[in-house]
Amino acid sequence: MNRGNMRISASAPGAAEETTLKMTARDVRVFYGEFEAIKGVSIDVSKENVTAFIGPSGCGKSTFLRCLNRMNDTVAGARVQGRIELDGHDIYDPAMDVVQLRARVGMVFQKPNPFPKSIYENVAYGPRIHGLAAKKADMDVIVEKSLRRAGLWDEVKDRLADSGTALSGGQQQRLCIARAIAVNPEVILMDEPASALDPIATAKIEELIDDLRGRYAIVIVTHNMQQAARVSQKTAFFHLGTLVEYGDTREIFTNPKETRTKDYITGRYG
Amino acid sequence: MGNTPTAHTVRSFDAEINQLRSLIGQMGGLAETQIADSVDALLRRDADAAMTVVARDAELDAMEAEAERLALTIIAVRAPMADDLREIVAALKISAVIERIGDYGKNIAKRVPVLTQAQPIGPMVILPEMARATTRMIRDALDCYVDRDPELASQVMARDQQVDDFYNSLFRSLLTYMMENPHHITSSAHLLFIAKNLERVGDHATNIAEMVYFSATGEHPGDRAKTDRTASMAVTDSEGE
Repeated sequence: MNRGNMRISASAPGAAEETTLKMTARDVRVFYGEFEAIKGVSIDVSKENVTAFIGPSGCGKSTFLRCLNRMNDTVAGARVQGRIELDGHDIYDPAMDVVQLRARVGMVFQKPNPFPKSIYENVAYGPRIHGLAAKKADMDVIVEKSLRRAGLWDEVKDRLADSGTALSGGQQQRLCIARAIAVNPEVILMDEPASALDPIATAKIEELIDDLRGRYAIVIVTHNMQQAARVSQKTAFFHLGTLVEYGDTREIFTNPKETRTKDYITGRYG
Repeated sequence: MGNTPTAHTVRSFDAEINQLRSLIGQMGGLAETQIADSVDALLRRDADAAMTVVARDAELDAMEAEAERLALTIIAVRAPMADDLREIVAALKISAVIERIGDYGKNIAKRVPVLTQAQPIGPMVILPEMARATTRMIRDALDCYVDRDPELASQVMARDQQVDDFYNSLFRSLLTYMMENPHHITSSAHLLFIAKNLERVGDHATNIAEMVYFSATGEHPGDRAKTDRTASMAVTDSEGE
């Protein structure tokens, strides 16, 4: 954003200066039976930035991510307290339609999980159940647009009828992202989206995340610190169920404020 | 956040950082010796000792290349973050600065043979003390690097003033000497350069201290004022008396 003379931005490179609040969490606690897995986490997620959740295994980052589209509802014995809002509306409100919520807040998992159907059907499934396309021609447009945005169109356009499971791991993951995009989500949650992929496929996913940034609010959980540093503008460090530090990615990785954050990202943890 | 006592989970990472730290420390020690020996050779009018200083500069160059290789390896292999990253980058920059300090020592030593053939002149008596002040700055700057001590780094930065004062005073008296007697011009001109070199060494030691401060704290020290005023100095007749 050019505002006349030289202006040194205090925010991370590439980060939007004016941000729109998309999701807010306030004092969120998650219990698995007696065990308190998340101990009062408050965080804001903006529409313009990619937000990365990092932390050691078992720190609660994936559990917290799954609260953001109520995936924990499906976990037996899990209980969520606190308040999580999407555009100011409580997503745990009994009146909230969970199916609708998960269309607005899509999710991509660690292991690519395409349906055992054709590439076309994988993408068309969501729009169909949500009634987003009246005619076959409309659906064709949605499928092509979604596959293009997911950077997969050129690789699959001539074999849309092939099974999604016949694709390579990286392609399957991009297919899953296309499937999430197809229902016009506002937020995309990614839980270790590249950890099962080789470096080239990983680079394509990271490139894709960068392309999608701004269009969707993106929250990514990753074990790969360099990946968090590369793809995100905001980073949250979780440890033992608490949010230790949350700030500009550049600051977190070059000059973290908390000793626990520093020890973790420099490889001294534990 | 200063030094982290906790070791890295991967211990060979610590070993590599320590190796780099110790190499930079050795470089600093050698640079300090080069400055001290060059000024010493000048005062003792010992051209052979000066040539030893000149020859030894190659060692510093080789050590700088080794430090760069080590730092690049650590960046490539370990992908350092936060204070580790700041330290590795500081080490890269500091090794270049130390190499430059070594060049000043070499430059001072190169002037010794000419000066030994001329009459010693009065203002030279300031040089040993100025050299001591600058070498002490190098030593302390390197000590605070090894200890990651931002407090000592701040003190080193403040001491640059003293070296600048030496230089300003030497500049003024050398101008006066040259005006008084043209036979002093050769020696005075060489001594001016030597004094300027020492003044630059002080600046470089200050830079090292600033880098250490940033490496240790993640914050840049505040701007400091330059106190070398010779750029606007002239000798008037009244001063020449």
